[in-house]
Formats: sequence, structure tokens, C-alpha cells
Amino acid sequence: MKIHEYQGKEILRKYGVPTPRGIPVFSVDEAVAAAEKLGGPVWVVKAQIHAGGRGKGGGVKVAKSVADVKARSSEILGMQLVTHQTSPEGQKVRRLLIEEGADIKKELYVGMVVDRVTQVVCLMASSEGGMDIEEVAAHTPEKIHKVFIDPVAGLTDADSDAVALKIGVPQASLAEARKCLQGLYKAFWETDASLAEINPLIVTGDGKVIALDAKLNFDSNALFRHPDIVAYRDLDEEDPAEIEASKFDLAYISLDGTIGCLVNGAGLAMATMDVVKLYGGAPANFLDVGGSATAEKVTEAFKIMLKNPNLQAILVNIFGGIMKCDTIANGLVSAVKATSLSVPLIARMRGTNEDLGKKILAESGLPIISADNLADAAEKAVKAAAEYAAKAKK
Amino acid sequence: MSILINKDTRVMTQGITGKAGQYHTKTGKEYANGPNCYVAGVNPKKAGEAYEGIPIFGSVADAKKQTGANVSVIYVPPPFAAAAIWEAIEADLDLVICITEGIPVRDMIEVKDKMRKQRRKTILVGPNCPGVITPDEIKIGIMPGHIHKKGRIGVVSRSGTLTYEAVGQLMDLGLGQSSCVGIGGDPVNGMKHVEVMKLFNEDPETDAVIMVGEIGGDDEETCARWIKDNMKKPVVGFIAGVTAPPGKRMGHAGAIISGGKGTAQEKLNIMEECGIKVTKNPADMGRLLKSVLK
Repeated sequence: MKIHEYQGKEILRKYGVPTPRGIPVFSVDEAVAAAEKLGGPVWVVKAQIHAGGRGKGGGVKVAKSVADVKARSSEILGMQLVTHQTSPEGQKVRRLLIEEGADIKKELYVGMVVDRVTQVVCLMASSEGGMDIEEVAAHTPEKIHKVFIDPVAGLTDADSDAVALKIGVPQASLAEARKCLQGLYKAFWETDASLAEINPLIVTGDGKVIALDAKLNFDSNALFRHPDIVAYRDLDEEDPAEIEASKFDLAYISLDGTIGCLVNGAGLAMATMDVVKLYGGAPANFLDVGGSATAEKVTEAFKIMLKNPNLQAILVNIFGGIMKCDTIANGLVSAVKATSLSVPLIARMRGTNEDLGKKILAESGLPIISADNLADAAEKAVKAAAEYAAKAKK
Repeated sequence: MSILINKDTRVMTQGITGKAGQYHTKTGKEYANGPNCYVAGVNPKKAGEAYEGIPIFGSVADAKKQTGANVSVIYVPPPFAAAAIWEAIEADLDLVICITEGIPVRDMIEVKDKMRKQRRKTILVGPNCPGVITPDEIKIGIMPGHIHKKGRIGVVSRSGTLTYEAVGQLMDLGLGQSSCVGIGGDPVNGMKHVEVMKLFNEDPETDAVIMVGEIGGDDEETCARWIKDNMKKPVVGFIAGVTAPPGKRMGHAGAIISGGKGTAQEKLNIMEECGIKVTKNPADMGRLLKSVLK
């Protein structure tokens, strides 16, 4: 789960990480009031969306007067902010963070992730703050320093100081840096974060170390023990189709192709998308119905896929284990009827009660195209989608 | 022979009284030598009771002591699953297979940290995995037993149904399996591809191995490099997720391309460089395996 920068800063402050003073706002009037409350002479107006690269996209502006704050806020609020992490249409800006300006002497980078190889949390730090860290990693990997953190000991003073010196924190500011690094780790660990980034972490003219940005993602499997973090969820930032799907316990991700895929199991769902591509088609979505697809779940999945205007065919690929093919076949029949399905449906079923499932589809009288194997299914889906598109054009 | 489990394995189910635990214990008990293999269940509140004739004990240690079970399978719900894994490890079982999906990563970091620091010998498979099967001998997990038969091909995979797909393709070509191991889709887990591969390499009844991977992490790359220097048997591979966009989690917690790393293409390239025959077509896994058999 992702949250906004200002929410991330709220969490970091609880863990003792210094941040600039700031106020989140939803309107230009509130922005002006916030600027007056904070006092000048410099403010930063920051778009709050769940994507990085906001500065480059024009979503972060410096203002030198309250009037300026007003003008910048009017520009940014409501704009479609396009960054390398958003869709090409961008993300609408609905919230701003109005912050006091900072006296930046140095811009650094710190981030944390779970390292799969060592199976502990890894702190990554670099002197190249404010930049796209993926670029730094690609071109100058020697400028990224890593600390693997012992889960029992936590981030020690010695490790914090050593890495702080490597990225250019002055000796006199080491204690300040500890507040940031150890606070960040503690926040990461205790909130079950999956990613934490401060970019940039700055050293000010008077030697203070401050988190100028905050990006936190959380392990969705651990949200049950963090109701306070669940409360930060902003549905405006999420794909409506994905939200709808999650209500029915379906793992759904929108993609930009034309062939809807309904599959049981994440690995097989990815493989199904891959084989569609291989046969010249493009998947419209990733959709894992999980291990217990009922007729109701399949119907909901169809409804979600059918909301996609680009949809030209639906490919169902089920390998029955716990899930029986006859159950899924009945689910398909009722879903086709319930949604008055207009696009072609290709079904491939294998595994438990496979013959029974195929019989149900064949005897349903519905125009369901049956496929024997993965390749056959993909080929038929691509062909059916093309025919549907050609017919729709006429 | 086979790897990890065989007809002489004695299993206990942790979480035997839950819906999934009951269902899969029953199907496991009904499969091949299952009636002799499934000997115990664990639930601290239901000690002294029984399920399908399987006695339930209050702790893993007690179940081990009373029945000699050396392997456990876990269906305990996510908030309590890491503690269940640790209980099995502290009881010094040989193997723990955790099926539970949705365990917080932090819980698994703590378990793995303790395993390393205390030099525990218990092997962990999973969590969030389908389990392990040695066809016609024993099935531990949620895979459908009837799609398998005994043979000489090893299968190792991060996913569930995609493993069944690979097995289905082998069966269409008349190829049975020595053992199939689902290592699961979580970022912090037990056995990785390479550790399973080492066991297949040493198993005299495995002739060749299908390795099924996914986007995210670098387990497949690590395994590929090991294969290049050590593997005596042919290996073929497929990586799911060539079409997956970066930054989007594809169902499994571990299946995500981040920081430009862990793409399917990168994995396939390295596997190929290491002498593994790979395919981009998931419909072609079985045929590819058959082509490398002597």
C-alpha cells in the first residue's frame, strides 16, 4: 500500500526524523491560510500524488510570497501530473503540501528495502540526492552504499555514522544524521514497510539533517496490525478497477492490451499474459481469481473486465486443483448470462473434473470457444479478438 | 529415491482443525502411501481429539515424540503462521512445508534470522507455496495428486498452478516426475531454486529438471550460475512475466520488477548464458524438456 508524502512525514516525525514544517491542503484558500500560518519568506508547494518524479513533471514549485503560493497552488491543484511513474494521462492532483523552504547545502539519498538475498532490511545511501536513484545505480553504482541491518540489533550508531560519513555528512552533523537513519529504520520495521525513501535527505547551512521528502510503501500482508496506516489509504490514487476487484478478493491489474485474462494462480496468470503476447495479442489485464472461484466471483471478474473499453476478447485459463473445472464452468455460464457478454470468450480448463467442465460449456448452448492447451487458447483468443475488432469497426 | 519426501516420510499437520488444513490433510492421506504417512495433527486447544483417525497433539514437540513424525505441513492463518514455523524448527523437525499465504515479511525476516543465528538444521519450504509431491508415494500440500505420476523428471517452481501446467505438459508427453517442489512466491522464504537444484543433482532417480521462475529477485540467476559450474543433468527453464510492467506486483509478494531489476528477459539471458535451455513460451515447457533427454 502506498501513502502520500505528507502522511509519510507524519509517520517519520513520530520516529524522531526531522522534517520541514508543513500543512497538507485540499484547496487554494487552504493553501494561502497554510502559507500565512507557516510564515515566510520561502515556501514550497508540492503536489501530493502516489507517484515519484513530481518535481520534473512540474508538481513542485518554490514560492517567494503568499501571492506566489496562491498562484502556484492554483496551477498545480487539479492538474494532470505526468511523471515517469504515472500513466501517460497522468494523475490528477487533489492535495498539496505547503511547506516552509529549506536552506539546502547538500542533497543526499537514503532508502530501505527488504533484501531478498540476505533476507534482512537493507539501507541504501548515496551522496547523489535529489536525482533519480535508479539512474545513479545504473551509471555510478559505486556511489550507492549499502548496510544490511541485523533485525535484533537494529541500525547501530557505528553503522549509521560510517554510512553517513561515506555519503558526505559532515562530522559535526553525525548525531543529526543518526536521528534520520535510525528513525527511518525504526519506522520501517515497526510499521511493516516494504519500501522507504528519503530523497533528498538534506544537510542545511547550519548543519541540520532534514528529510525533505518521504516515500513509504507498506506490506499489504501486515496491514491487519496497522489500522492507523490503513486510514491513510487514498482511493483517488488507485485504479478503480483494482479497488473493485480487491473487494471480491481478486488480484487485478489493468494493462493496455485488448485480451482480458482470467486465470487461477499468479504464476499461471503471468504465463497466460506472456503466451497471449507471443501469439501476437496484448493482455488487457492481469487477473488471478485465486484458489476458490465461485460463480459470483467469476461474474464480478467479468464485470470488471467488461468496463474496459478496449476489451476485445476474454481468455479464461484454469488449471483445476482445489478448484474444480465443473465449478468454474458453471461460473462461466452464469457470468456470460449475467453480463450478456458481447466479446468472444475462450475457455481452457485442465485438471480436476476437466471433462465435466468441458461438457457443461458445450451443452450450455453459449458461443464459448473451447481450447485444449495454453498455445491453442492464446491462438484462438488473438484470432477472436481481431475478428471482434474488425466487426466493431464496420 | 526422490528428494525431500518419500513413502517413508511421517507428517504432522499444523493447523489441522482449520478448513484448508482439514481438506488437504484428507486428500494427502488418501494419496498413495498417505494412510501411513499422515500420523499427527497439532492444535494446542484440541489435544487428545482426532481428525479422520489422525490423533491431534497440543504441540509439535509432543506430536513428534508420540508419533515419530519428522516433517510438518502448516496451514495456520497468516498472523500466527510464523510462530508455527518456529515451533516446528525448535522441535528439530527435518522439514517444514508452509502453505500459508499472506504472512507479513517482517515475521519471516525474524524467523529466518533466528534460523541462521541458531544454526538450525530444519529445512523450510515456503511459505505461500503449493508444497512438495513425490508422485505415487506421498503428497504434502495443495497440488492435485491425480495429475502426477512417478517418473524421472524433477520440477521446481515459485508458483502453484504454473507448476501444475508444467506437470500437465510432461504428462502429455508420457514423462513422470521424481519430485515436484513449489518453493513459493514470497520474497523472504525457505528453500530457493538453487537448494532444490542441488538435491535434484544428487538424486539418482532424477534425469532432468524443469525450473519455472517468475519476475522479481535474483533466485533464478543464482541458481543458473550454480548450474553452470556444478549440474550434471540437463535443465530447462521458463520465466513468467515477460509482459509484466515494472513496479506492479503480480499477485505474489515477490513478483515485482523494481529498480529495473528482476525482469524476465534478464533472467532468461543469464540462464541461457549458463547453458540452460529456455523458452519464452509457457506452452512449450514439456516439449523443451523432452528435447534434452538422452
